[in-house]
Amino acid sequence: MTQHTMKSFPMGGIHPQDHKLSADQAITSLPVTETVSVFFSQHIGAPATPLIKPGDQVKTGQLIAESAGFISANIHSPVTGTVVKFEEVMDASGYKKTAAVIKVADDEWEDGIDLTPDLKTDIPADPDLIRQKVQKAGIVGLGGATFPTHVKLGVPSGKAAEVLLVNGVECEPYLTADHRLMLEKGREILVGIRIALAALGLKKAIIGIENNKPDAIKYLQSLLTGEDPISIQALKVRYPQGGERQLVKALTGREIPPPPRGLPIDVGAVVLNVATCKAIYDAVQKNKPLIERVITVTGCSIQKPSNFLARIGVPIQSLIDAAGGLPEQTGKVISGGPMMGKSLASLDCPVTKGTGGIVVFDAEVARRQDMMDCIRCGKCVSVCPLGLEPYLLAALVERNMLDRAEAEKITNCCECACCTYTCPSSRSLLDYIRLGKTAVLKAMRERQQK
Amino acid sequence: MSMTLLFTILTLCLIGIFAAIILYIIAQKFKVEEDPRIDAVEEVLPSANCGACGYPGCRAFAEACIKADSLEGLFCVPGGNECMAQVAHLLGHEAVAQDPKIAVVRCNGTVENRAHVTQYDGVKTCAICAQTYSGETACAYGCLGLGDCETVCPFDAIHIDVKTQLPVVDEDKCTACGKCVTACPKQIIELRKRGPKGRRVWISCINHDKGGAARKACQAACIGCGKCVKECPFDAIVLENNLAYIDFEKCKLCRKCVAVCPTGAIHEIHFPPRPVKSQETTGGPSTAVSEG
Repeated sequence: MTQHTMKSFPMGGIHPQDHKLSADQAITSLPVTETVSVFFSQHIGAPATPLIKPGDQVKTGQLIAESAGFISANIHSPVTGTVVKFEEVMDASGYKKTAAVIKVADDEWEDGIDLTPDLKTDIPADPDLIRQKVQKAGIVGLGGATFPTHVKLGVPSGKAAEVLLVNGVECEPYLTADHRLMLEKGREILVGIRIALAALGLKKAIIGIENNKPDAIKYLQSLLTGEDPISIQALKVRYPQGGERQLVKALTGREIPPPPRGLPIDVGAVVLNVATCKAIYDAVQKNKPLIERVITVTGCSIQKPSNFLARIGVPIQSLIDAAGGLPEQTGKVISGGPMMGKSLASLDCPVTKGTGGIVVFDAEVARRQDMMDCIRCGKCVSVCPLGLEPYLLAALVERNMLDRAEAEKITNCCECACCTYTCPSSRSLLDYIRLGKTAVLKAMRERQQK
Repeated sequence: MSMTLLFTILTLCLIGIFAAIILYIIAQKFKVEEDPRIDAVEEVLPSANCGACGYPGCRAFAEACIKADSLEGLFCVPGGNECMAQVAHLLGHEAVAQDPKIAVVRCNGTVENRAHVTQYDGVKTCAICAQTYSGETACAYGCLGLGDCETVCPFDAIHIDVKTQLPVVDEDKCTACGKCVTACPKQIIELRKRGPKGRRVWISCINHDKGGAARKACQAACIGCGKCVKECPFDAIVLENNLAYIDFEKCKLCRKCVAVCPTGAIHEIHFPPRPVKSQETTGGPSTAVSEG
């Protein structure tokens, strides 16, 4: 299939240089640091309720905080050791959140966790059992949104799921964690997908992979038989194809109703990331909770761009050290991909379930250009995958005209940053839009409460 | 020729007179009866349209004053007691006096006190900086110094000091309208009582971190040691979440707390300079503590 005829989403999008420097680097385990800090809130929804207190001994994989509500997730200890204290620890954006600081002594796993590498293919038939196991293991969406997965595996009443879409797109430049995982843990991912299918009672799953990962497409294809419920769809390389809305459109041709209300389930789709499918496999087949994840550490000046299997709670500094240290000319360290990630305020902040990559940029490249006036070229309009008018939204927010911004559907914005990327006047369009979006959503909630 | 001219002028005059009559009739028929007192009250108000009263502009406030049975709950902050007395006189109500207030900046994280650990190169507004991250310094609570308060002030009463990178309130111009209070994403600015002769005592910090962490981020931070709470003879200071707060309703301006604060987080303003003798006694408590 050529790029021309390949499936993709219909509107907007960009194609930044992909710089997948670590694509050939096999996943390696990152050594655990002396102490780890585990946040009680690493997911969307209510923070988990702590079950431990300072002074307690914990084992690797032990439940240390319990899900507090329907949309919340369990947290497990990523190490064996002593809980030193509960402390307010700086998160990636520099604000403080409560975390348990654990002094590492050993790596003794909780009983009942299967650590053998053997592939277990027999799938439990009971959907409730699967959901229970997934919930117990504290699995959240590993694509970055960290939405509790057990909620996704239960279809709300009145809605019907038709197809499971598996997100192996990895459209962010630089990141290769999902790519490597597909190559190295392809079999486990496929079993994970079959488990998710069983939980949802579905007969069809499509894995969407961008065409810049032909080896992953070929490998996964080779694991599938002719009449498999799972199929693979190569997608045209285009950012933000990994966005839920864009992926559903690309793979099924269906359009999710506009946010903030619309979800993939409204058009009969459930979307899971490949890493989440691997975590589902670990939870259901091996009783292994989510305490580690694959993280890409990369950047043009980084000595050894790598993919690490890192425990939750280790400081980001340790990841960078393992990749050859922080280059002298570093300007910014981004947590997440370069398009949607956030610049870190401090390298001491710990890895969370949502950390997918660490990208290091040189000062020269990272510095933002001075903002100039909008020249009404309309580039931002043509790249917006949601058909919004970013220049207008930004101008409205700048002038505090939030009513008008709401009417112009500012809440539809998925914050993909295509507009800011493409702007020839280097205007920080997304910053303004995000500000306005937060304010409008707050106003909408207040109106609803009345 | 002249006939044509005359005819044209006459026709135009007739049309004009006809239109005027119609407009007069319509104006009489659809006349909006407006209370003349609205204009009178609006005349007295400062016309800043700042919205501090809670109404969209001075005219809306004037209308609200006229509709209300008493002036309770209605107060023009920039106009102050004088203006409200005039309004009360016009409407025959009793004026409800309020203590004059002023915006107070509760951060002393000057460039010297607070080291910058990162550099922000995004849009130069506090609102966007605060949503991006906690700011250039290690203190996640303090002033960002990008001047949203300055931009929003309708009275030109607050400015960012170039040296300290902190906002400074112009005492003469500030009317306590509260626009800066809502504009500040870190909630640093508070409206406090102006005090007799403008004398005020307040804690110039809102850092809720534990003492060590707060001090590490900023030399002038409140470390929550509680010395001021113990010292205060009027129970005006409360310590909550590692941060002391002075209740300006209870504070009698004795300044004992200022003397004991180990980090200088408590500020006083417009007091006469302390006599030399009392300065020695300010050194007293700290030595007493080190002995104990």
